[in-house]
Amino acid sequence: MIEFKNVNKWYGDFQVLKDCSAMVQKGEVVVVCGPSGSGKSTLIKCANGLESFQSGDILVNQTSLKDPSTNLTRLRSQIGMVFQNFELFPHLTVTQNLTLGQEKVLKRSTEEATQVALTLLDRVGLKEHANKVPGQLSGGQQQRVAIARALCMDPIAMLFDEPTSALDPEMVKEVLDVMVSLAQQGTTMICVTHEMGFARKVADRVIFMDEGKILEVAAPDAFFDSPQHPRAKDFLSKILSH
Amino acid sequence: MGYDFDFDVIQRSWVYLFRDGMTFSLTLTALASVGGILFGTLLALMRLSSFRSLSMVAAGYVNLMRSLPLVLVIFWFFFLVPYIGGWLTGSSQPTKVGAFSSALITFTMFEAAFYCEIMRAGIQSVSKGQTAAGCALGLDYRQTMTYIVLPQAVRNMLPVLLTQTIILFQDTSLVYVISSTDFLGAAVKVANRDGRLVEMYTFAALVYFVICFTASMYVRRLQARISIIR
Repeated sequence: MIEFKNVNKWYGDFQVLKDCSAMVQKGEVVVVCGPSGSGKSTLIKCANGLESFQSGDILVNQTSLKDPSTNLTRLRSQIGMVFQNFELFPHLTVTQNLTLGQEKVLKRSTEEATQVALTLLDRVGLKEHANKVPGQLSGGQQQRVAIARALCMDPIAMLFDEPTSALDPEMVKEVLDVMVSLAQQGTTMICVTHEMGFARKVADRVIFMDEGKILEVAAPDAFFDSPQHPRAKDFLSKILSH
Repeated sequence: MGYDFDFDVIQRSWVYLFRDGMTFSLTLTALASVGGILFGTLLALMRLSSFRSLSMVAAGYVNLMRSLPLVLVIFWFFFLVPYIGGWLTGSSQPTKVGAFSSALITFTMFEAAFYCEIMRAGIQSVSKGQTAAGCALGLDYRQTMTYIVLPQAVRNMLPVLLTQTIILFQDTSLVYVISSTDFLGAAVKVANRDGRLVEMYTFAALVYFVICFTASMYVRRLQARISIIR
């Protein structure tokens, strides 16, 4: 489904991604974790072309991102993305946030797009907020809207970039619940997150990154109970010791 | 103190002042601000473009316009535009361009430089994440700008855009240098005809003050109403 092949990326002299290779199968849930600045977010942003990379390749359903003939705009419309800071469009209502992409990219009619939007809002439990603007919602509600917005495009895979990091602690659960139900429905997901409970519950594999390198790929239980790489041990001891 | 005020001159001339003069001023302000904002937005997008040549052309244009006195530009374009028109139409004769058209072109081009800077600040006030979110949905550059970035940029900058338009309204009085008759020009004509300079200048000042002050009060109230809920 999504294959990273020896991806290298530099910001000037600084190498953010070093020879990253990984494979995500259809229906798989992969959690990417690691210390901040380790390149996790950059890696998943490369998967839908929001970030460019200098060498290596990423294949999405056999389509190469390095191939100049690949229509990146079209490819992005097929991959859902959820951001740390929600990035809902503050000047549009919740429903308009959900219909914009459907109407402009998928060329759905307003009625059809609205129908899809309301169905998905219902699924994330926010149907009654359809006519509000994002600023009237709590962080957790905004993030659920953002997930619904991505789902409206019927994505083949979903990317989550630290979806709960900007949330107040009491709102983390409502977002994770939505993500768990997506995972259980067989959605292909790559999640950058430090929510270890989530990883244990639904992840098929955990990818550990540090300093731009993928250091360990393992099943969640194996990774959390007996990490192999010293950096992974060090990282886990820091985040699990409280 | 020896000056015999006669405000009756206003009574005699107000129809002419408003029907001819004020209509000219307001039409010129309206058209030039719409044109200026559209052209200015285009310049702002060019300035922020990742194509260096585009951004340099736009920056050069904006810096040139902002470094010249408006009166100079009005004169300059008044004499230059007919030749450019002739060159564009491929004729050897300069095109005939009326004073109003010339003023409109001048104010549009000149004000665009100022609107450009306002729009540039507006576009930069919209976070990069918003553009990324648009891209992630599969919107292209044009769609992301049209539906996501520019609406927020305009809303963030609306008070400043309107304030600039009020300044533009005041600046339209400079068209007297190319013998166009705007509100002030009409007032001056009447003043000279009837020998009532003090009265007419006072009246014109009062009218400009009322219009501009009311407009800026309105801008202040609008600012509170349209701000995006965050």
